[in-house]
Amino acid sequence: MTTTSERARAQAPPAVETLRTVRERGPDRVPRWLVKTASPVVLVALWQVLSSTGLLPRDVLASPATVLTTAADMWAEGTVQSAVGVSLLRVVAGIAIGLVTAVVLATLSGLFRRGEDVIDAPVQMLRTVPVIGLIPLLIIWFGIGEEPKIVLIALAVTFPLYMNLFGGIRNVDATLVEAARTLGLGWFGQVRHVILPSAMPQFLVGLRYSLGTAWLALVFGETINATSGIGYEMNTAREFFQTDVIVVCLALYALLGLLGDGIVRLLERGFLSWRPAFSGR
Amino acid sequence: MATGVQRAVNPVSVRGLSRRFGDRTVLSDLDLDIEPGQFVALLGASGCGKSTLLRILADLDHDVTGEVTVARRRAVGFQAPRLLPWRKVWRNVVMGLPGRPDRARAEAALEEVGLSHRSDVWPKVLSGGEAQRAALARALVREPDLLLLDEPFSALDALTRITARGLVDELWQRHGCAVLLVTHDVEEALVLADRVLVMDGGRIAHDAPVDLDRPREVTDPDFQHLRAELLGRLGVH
Repeated sequence: MTTTSERARAQAPPAVETLRTVRERGPDRVPRWLVKTASPVVLVALWQVLSSTGLLPRDVLASPATVLTTAADMWAEGTVQSAVGVSLLRVVAGIAIGLVTAVVLATLSGLFRRGEDVIDAPVQMLRTVPVIGLIPLLIIWFGIGEEPKIVLIALAVTFPLYMNLFGGIRNVDATLVEAARTLGLGWFGQVRHVILPSAMPQFLVGLRYSLGTAWLALVFGETINATSGIGYEMNTAREFFQTDVIVVCLALYALLGLLGDGIVRLLERGFLSWRPAFSGR
Repeated sequence: MATGVQRAVNPVSVRGLSRRFGDRTVLSDLDLDIEPGQFVALLGASGCGKSTLLRILADLDHDVTGEVTVARRRAVGFQAPRLLPWRKVWRNVVMGLPGRPDRARAEAALEEVGLSHRSDVWPKVLSGGEAQRAALARALVREPDLLLLDEPFSALDALTRITARGLVDELWQRHGCAVLLVTHDVEEALVLADRVLVMDGGRIAHDAPVDLDRPREVTDPDFQHLRAELLGRLGVH
């Protein structure tokens, strides 16, 4: 029989280390926001330097300063406002149609097995067709007015939304549905209080994704045939090598995309505050 | 099952109940009666069909043969709290009650389980014990004639379990509803129940009253004697 202390003495002392604690790390010398803003600022400055020294010709890419003046001019003329207005209307109309279609189809096929049998297979088949590839057909069917652009956006929005909402509905925790039944909730109550709220997070993921594809569809629709809108301005600028106007138009697309993303983020904050999900370190 | 209102005397009355899963018979020709206000603990080895029986009584499983009559006003407490994470705690409590969500009623029920200060939070911030208490409030706010509990304490830590057990005892005395508690904990069954059932081979193999004075002491020789006997029936020696 050996005692604990005898056994301990027989062994070599264990290697130890002092673990780092939060306090020792101290505050970062350079604030994080500064580092984050500095890198894009440096890139723009570099771009300006290249343009000013003539290394980057105006025909290839206008300088940031020129882009800013052009933007101011376009704003003063009202070009920006009217182009954005037209493009925004197309996107909003397309998203509205796509949203309603996707919600109706996904709810029917998500909630009812018969609905799935009828709806899901054709939707999955159509989903594999690249939406952009439909442009020639859409032009034949709807001409070159607003309709083909709106339909293109609606189609681009429908599929990702459908997939996510359908998946969300089918991922509902069955034990919660069961609990709801024991509480006396009928079918409608189960859908309203359990199934739809539970599918909400994934629906919002789909919404965010489909907003992205909506802008993509808009860009395609507008650059191929249009007589107004951001894409039209960009196409006209191309013919005259106005790289400054093109950059302004790209910035407008980016800003609008950012706006859409911001709206979905707000929706997420409002609808998903109940979530116990991991929110990052 | 449970169709049509009958003037049955007992909150639970089961005759010749059988349930098969494929080739496996889980319940075979089972009979059971529970009297109003009676606290019944249902013991049995894992997989013996105790939870299946409870699910049938809760109207969650219809694929059975036999005759099942249960109280219309019944409530279920599950192993997990099963609160809806997207509804505030008080809304969870009154979920499914007729009419507009009645906050005062929810808070009265939460008060009973010592959770009135938690009524306006999301379920995610509740601890395991608190969530289980909220689920208990949700069951009792329905003023059930029959409360079905499926191992409600098994996911709690040992200390919380003792508190929760005491709470169930207290609430049962106050509400006077019949309780069917499915558990694998012999001690828990003997502390709480008027009557202990042991399931085996798809039937109630043993049915005995617990004639011990309340509150019950684990150290009481009679308690220990009963405990040893039940463990023997469960195949633990």
